[in-house]
Amino acid sequence: MGRYVLRRLLQMVPVFLGTTFLIYALVWAVPGDPFEGKCGERDCPESYVAAMREKFNLDDPLVVQYGKYLLNLVQGDFGQTSAGLQVGERIAATFPVTLRLALVALLVEAVIGITAGVVSGLRNRGFLDSLVLVSTLFLISIPVFVTGYVVQLVFGLQLGWISPTVSTPTFGNLIVPGFVLASLSMAYVTRLTRAGIAENRRADYVRTALAKGLPTNRVIGVHLLRNSLIPVITFLGTDLGAFLGGAIITEGIFNVPGIGGLVFRSILTKDGAMVTGLVTVLVLVYLLMTLLVDLLYAVLDPRIRYD
Amino acid sequence: MTDAVAAGGLTAVGGPAGGPVGGAGGGDADKPRGLFDDAWRELRGRPLFWVSVALILLVVLMAAVPQLFTSADPTLAQLSRSRQGPSAAAWFGYDNQGYDIYARVIHGARATIVVGLLATVGVVLFGASLGLLAGFYGGWLDAVVSRIADIFVGVPFVLGAIVILTTLNAGGGAGAARIVAQVVLSISVLSWPVSMRIMRSTAIAAKQQDYVKAARSLGAGTGRIITKHLLPNCVAPVLVYSTIALGAFVGAEATLSYLGIGLRPPVVSWGVMISAAKDYIRVAPHALLFPAGFLTATVLAFVMLGDAVREALDPKLR
Amino acid sequence: MRARLVAAATGVALVAAGCGAAETTGSADAGITIFNTEPENPLVPGNTTETGGSRVLDPLFTGLVEYRGEDAQPANAMAESIETTDSKVFTVKLKQGWKFHDGSPVTAKSFVDAWNWTAYGPNATQGATFFSQIQGYQDVHPADPDGPDGPEKAPTPTTDAMSGLVVVDDHTFTITLSEAFSVFPVTVGYEVFAPLPEAFFKDRAAFEAAPIGNGPFKFVSRQPGAEIKLTRYDDYQGSDKATFKDLTLKVYQSRESAYADLVANNLDFLEELPPNALAGKKYESDLGDRVVQRETLNNQTIAFPFYLKPYDNVDLRRAISMAINREEITQRIFEGTRKPADGWVHPLMKGYTPGQCGEYCTYNPAKAKESFQKSGYTGEILLLSNTDGGHQEWAEAVANSIKNTLGVETRFVPSTSFGEFRQKVNAHEMTGMYRSGWIADYPSIQNWLSPLFRTGASSNDGLYSNPAFDAKIAEADKATSEDEAIKLYLEAERIVAQDMPSIPLWTQNTIAGKSNRLKVANLDPFRTLDVPSVEVG
Repeated sequence: MGRYVLRRLLQMVPVFLGTTFLIYALVWAVPGDPFEGKCGERDCPESYVAAMREKFNLDDPLVVQYGKYLLNLVQGDFGQTSAGLQVGERIAATFPVTLRLALVALLVEAVIGITAGVVSGLRNRGFLDSLVLVSTLFLISIPVFVTGYVVQLVFGLQLGWISPTVSTPTFGNLIVPGFVLASLSMAYVTRLTRAGIAENRRADYVRTALAKGLPTNRVIGVHLLRNSLIPVITFLGTDLGAFLGGAIITEGIFNVPGIGGLVFRSILTKDGAMVTGLVTVLVLVYLLMTLLVDLLYAVLDPRIRYD
Repeated sequence: MTDAVAAGGLTAVGGPAGGPVGGAGGGDADKPRGLFDDAWRELRGRPLFWVSVALILLVVLMAAVPQLFTSADPTLAQLSRSRQGPSAAAWFGYDNQGYDIYARVIHGARATIVVGLLATVGVVLFGASLGLLAGFYGGWLDAVVSRIADIFVGVPFVLGAIVILTTLNAGGGAGAARIVAQVVLSISVLSWPVSMRIMRSTAIAAKQQDYVKAARSLGAGTGRIITKHLLPNCVAPVLVYSTIALGAFVGAEATLSYLGIGLRPPVVSWGVMISAAKDYIRVAPHALLFPAGFLTATVLAFVMLGDAVREALDPKLR
Repeated sequence: MRARLVAAATGVALVAAGCGAAETTGSADAGITIFNTEPENPLVPGNTTETGGSRVLDPLFTGLVEYRGEDAQPANAMAESIETTDSKVFTVKLKQGWKFHDGSPVTAKSFVDAWNWTAYGPNATQGATFFSQIQGYQDVHPADPDGPDGPEKAPTPTTDAMSGLVVVDDHTFTITLSEAFSVFPVTVGYEVFAPLPEAFFKDRAAFEAAPIGNGPFKFVSRQPGAEIKLTRYDDYQGSDKATFKDLTLKVYQSRESAYADLVANNLDFLEELPPNALAGKKYESDLGDRVVQRETLNNQTIAFPFYLKPYDNVDLRRAISMAINREEITQRIFEGTRKPADGWVHPLMKGYTPGQCGEYCTYNPAKAKESFQKSGYTGEILLLSNTDGGHQEWAEAVANSIKNTLGVETRFVPSTSFGEFRQKVNAHEMTGMYRSGWIADYPSIQNWLSPLFRTGASSNDGLYSNPAFDAKIAEADKATSEDEAIKLYLEAERIVAQDMPSIPLWTQNTIAGKSNRLKVANLDPFRTLDVPSVEVG
């Protein structure tokens, strides 16, 4: 187990290097100058552009630039934005907000998705099953930005039930954006759960348990659910990573001060240090989540052993 | 089970395009012959299958020959008729610029479908061939391919697409073909690892099957084993993934256009129309509802098709 | 977006002082929250030329002159007087007894040091070029021999002080320009001309984290990406004192989300409503009497690249201008919040004369076609614009108007971000005519002509050049009386009208909104909240 984890961690090193280089090259190697256009409808003074190029090593060859960036990064220095803010501090300030949003979304997705999946899986081909199937199909088909706008417009502005934007990102305030963020994945969780339940419902061990005279609730809750949820857990785990980076649209609509808005703005203003830093963190989180999920998998399914 | 299988097979359902297809690999190989025949028999009897096929055919026809459906010019905008509702002259009404929405929805199908199809073909061809090779050969090839896949799958989809597209857009002044190509490229680059992983885990499972061992002991070459024995038996899960992915990619196109970095004028697509109409949803909801309706129906059709095919191919789900 | 002006408006303060008696004691301790975007630069006046930073620095600093909220006319603020006899040497006398927020006095040195620091080349500020008219600028800011991208660096300046700035005593200094420029005293109301305290020169990093100014508000705290908090500076000496206590500038990712908050009364002021609020005049039913509006000092034009054929053809330029149905576009796309322009000088400007552009700015399909035929051009016309500032809708409508009138393929080519668009404009790499907006730097008729159309001027991106125009502007700059200068500037505008280096489209009637907590909140002509006008109900 320990060796397995160590090997997985070591595998992350090339992935980390590859990601940072890729993003760094994409953001900084754009033809033209990232510091033009910072001074309104007139040219920036040459001295300003020259100093900024110097500050971000833009006059070096790409590999040298990246080397310098990496050297700072491994020392924990994410660099500065062109506004002179510390990238590390900004990530530290916004990451928890998005994490909170992602956790809310995950919770919504897990509770509603699994419940709906179990219900429809147990009533295979019944009315409830069809209802769940059709509604999940619709959720999958409607783009998130449409859902977000409609929710904000109807519940925020016309009915006035919720504040249209998130003023302070507490868990309670994040429920509505979390709902919107989770809507697509919720549908997938439902279908995964349903498939799992439907598949395992007729498995031998369920039949045995029922034949033993165990109460139905216990059979469903312990035997059936535990075995059916393994792919669901996998999905949820990797989805947390996807939520963290995929919250751009939801955060934009509800003005949540998380990494989504930060990263979108940074890309548009070509703040390369910020974009590279953020993506690096996201990819690392994603890799760690995958590792965690794989380990969890072994816990849930005793047939799996990591030597 | 080795870690290689765990890392690949278990995480195959990530990303925005990832459908519930992760572990679909195992069961198929039990029926080396007649799998597709069986599936076809099963499919024929399902109304859902026929509904989705009919919808898809209709949309494809719209994309191929829009003139069949409308003679109106989708590029003619007259402000004097701005935001007029549906009428006999324009079935879906006019949008803010005074474009005929019906004509644009019909003509917009092409870009939408082309993006969806090309991205799917790109993802499946590239991802699946890499997955097949990685799964079959294993070793260092597998390690390298898997690590590269990790890079692309770790970058969140929307985020990665924004970075890639802003970089590509920086050139500016792009024509219609280039705009479409950029969107296809960015979707493919960020989504291929999913199909790679599905194919890889299927291939790993399949290469230990008896029929592969038998072929090898009979002296079949590596190339022959891959193309004649592995490929036909591994293609089912990827096929299922690709129909669902196609729907997801059509939705992804709309999202990217909404952010202003995907398709844009002169290209007309449903995503472009939705993006342009979103500010006017309260005064001209029809400008948003019609393209959004077509988008939803198309995605729905592909996802339904994927569902039906998956259930038909997987005996356990019948 | 163009840089905007400091406008803490003394004029409106008079109005506010007039109603001061009616002010309730409760509202004096009130706090308000207004819309902002994340500042793009460190919070130093000389290094901020974009709106997100300006909205913060504006209440923090008071310059020599400030522009009145109601008509944008300059009025002395920190300056007791600015005098000159030849429009070349100016003597500035400061008011006594003013202090920075840290208690140090505001002296002539605070201004001279700040200006020298901003202009000094190695400090690499965005505002440096605003000082280029002062004698000795070349010595502190030598040009880079091969441009900013070249390997060579700009030579180190021989001195760090401009010879044109001389401190006479604690409250007097003189400014010598390299050439006579009658409008100069009007220009110094711009933010980059603000004074800086000693503390700035001692510890710049600390200052950037917590700026110290001399304005009606002082800095409290900043949470990057979320909000900046300011509070009233009680020892403020100026007449534009605030009637409320705390000012919070909240960062929004989009004006759409800010608007949603405004409607719900979670936000107190949004200075320009987003397109989805303007559509179908929805804001009227959403906000009712909370709508605030006024004409603001900005316009929208289409500029021509003179370095690219066929746009150097004057008949084609006229044809395009006459093919644009300004009336219809301002009504349909902007719901009447834009006013068709009939010249290049803004109607709010002193000296503005209607109809300077004449028939060339009037929609006339027959004449447009005639002129188009005369130009001999038959190919495609391209209109380029960035789309991140709500420009897509009108640009597409303009392209369609040209296409439908002239019967020639006209294509709107969008750029995703302003930075990317601006960069190509600067590099003279436009592939067609392009959007070009202008927000006044300072309220003078000169600002609408000289920087845009003079040969080699800072914002003459299309490389237009007409010696007759240059001569007229030079003559006007040296004019001794204001009336004389205005007359000459108007003559210059008529030269522009003949050449059409850019097409005036429209000026803006900005629609803002306030919460139900504010009794009064006015817009100033520079499209921002006129802070001294605010009365909390």
